[in-house]
Amino acid sequence: MLRLILLFLISTSSAMAESVVIGMDKEKVAITATFDGSQILLFGAVKRDKPAPSGDIQIVVTIAGPSEPISVHRKAKVLGIWMNTDTVEVDAAPSFYAVATSSNFSSTINDTEDLRYKVSIPRAIRSVGAPMDVLDAASFSDAVIRIRSEKGLYQLLENKVNIDEQTLFRTSIEMPADISDGDYTARILLTRNGNVIDEFTTIIDVRKVGLERFLFNMSRENPLAYGLMSIAIAIFAGWAASLLFRFFRAT
Amino acid sequence: MQIYLPIAEVSVNAFLLLGLGGLVGILSGMFGVGGGFLMTPLLFFIGIPPAVAVATEANQIVASSFSGALAHLKRKTVDLKMGLILLIGGLLGAGIGLIIFNYLKSLGQVDLLVKLCYVAFLGIIGSLMFIESLRAILKTQSGSLPKKVRRPRSFAQQLPFKMRFRTSGLYISVIPPILVGLLVGILSAIMGVGGGFIMVPAMIYILGMPTKVVVGTSLFQIIFVTGFTTVLHATTNYTVDIALAVLLLLGGVLGAQLGSQFGTRLRAEQLRILLALMVIAVCVKIALDLLIMPTELYSISNASMH
Repeated sequence: MLRLILLFLISTSSAMAESVVIGMDKEKVAITATFDGSQILLFGAVKRDKPAPSGDIQIVVTIAGPSEPISVHRKAKVLGIWMNTDTVEVDAAPSFYAVATSSNFSSTINDTEDLRYKVSIPRAIRSVGAPMDVLDAASFSDAVIRIRSEKGLYQLLENKVNIDEQTLFRTSIEMPADISDGDYTARILLTRNGNVIDEFTTIIDVRKVGLERFLFNMSRENPLAYGLMSIAIAIFAGWAASLLFRFFRAT
Repeated sequence: MQIYLPIAEVSVNAFLLLGLGGLVGILSGMFGVGGGFLMTPLLFFIGIPPAVAVATEANQIVASSFSGALAHLKRKTVDLKMGLILLIGGLLGAGIGLIIFNYLKSLGQVDLLVKLCYVAFLGIIGSLMFIESLRAILKTQSGSLPKKVRRPRSFAQQLPFKMRFRTSGLYISVIPPILVGLLVGILSAIMGVGGGFIMVPAMIYILGMPTKVVVGTSLFQIIFVTGFTTVLHATTNYTVDIALAVLLLLGGVLGAQLGSQFGTRLRAEQLRILLALMVIAVCVKIALDLLIMPTELYSISNASMH
């Protein structure tokens, strides 16, 4: 089945000297009530019109969650109490970002190409505009990377893309349970000698479904009704509880 | 079993939440307190964003106070008129509290505000309760019965706008109850508590209400103040997580029942000294968090929620 898909993909892809075609085991990730993280399997092939030039191909796979503005606070001791004293607003930082490479990062893609395609984790954040007025802005974006890496939200996966016969490749990327929903962009870069030859992007739809989706949408689109419903549920639960207690006391 | 909370956007163990609800429920059943002041910090500790913890806990308290108030209404131990007067101040206070909460949130200082409020109020209430229950225990051990002191004319009787509260047997100005309601309303919105632990002593010592009607009246007005707080948080911050509230509720309901049975086996002074120690312990834990250098100096908040 996998091969059939690949053959199909190869036969229909655009006519370039070397281009990349991919498939995924899922194009949708459903966040249900029991959502406990997800694994995305990406596979693909390199299509060639003529024999491959010298030098091995390398593959970079990135998955980026929706970007959102964040505030990064730093604590300092004021009157004996540790409180937030400095804040840096980051215009947009991806809520999730994973980079998988077929070799060491630096030998897969060179610095110029990294800058152009904004592949590495620091570039994925800084590229969207940290303010210049804070002297040590770098320490704030470092903190974002550190905090989110600890939660598995930012991942650098070197040597995690397997390449067979310079043609077929595959990788899998783990998404932790604490992800937010939205359109996730999966991107595959085909490189040789550190230079990007071809780029392919596709969207992974990460969505809350069922009750999760209903509650979330209601809380945003109709917050008053959501608030009143929350109270109604609480009142009902309180009433049911007191009813139950009286029943147990009576018996 | 992990469960993904739709609003908090974190995945937590459902049994942990049920257990927390149950534990706090036992304590609230034993001591006759709402337990919000214990639950909200516990939710911080397990990684629920503080804004979600405060808003959701307000919603959970609606349920526990409604359940409690029903029992008191049946026993006719609710001063409805006093409750309504307290409520006027309470709703006003909740509004003010939410404005303060949202303003400090935009400054990135809401965690500090919430924690400082906890340290201050838990510290004061805990120490007062500890000293008083220790005295009561010493007195009963030395054999002498606590003397009944006739309270002197309180200032609540000297202010204008007097009103008669038949159930409480009081003829006092409405200003002190409104102010008490206002203060508790502010705290309810900021701390995610019902405020019973402040309301109850204030009703006894400031308003001079009889102990019999204090808890019921307090619960009665807490339903509305926390309900109002829930709607305010839901409409301005979108931080009420109903799934979290329901899980905490289920545990809380069971726990409260167990707790009230444990409670009957312990003497009142012993109960109060235990509660006082617990309040002080939570206070110390939060204070240490503020005083000891944190391992991670940086934190991230969602700027779009300002």
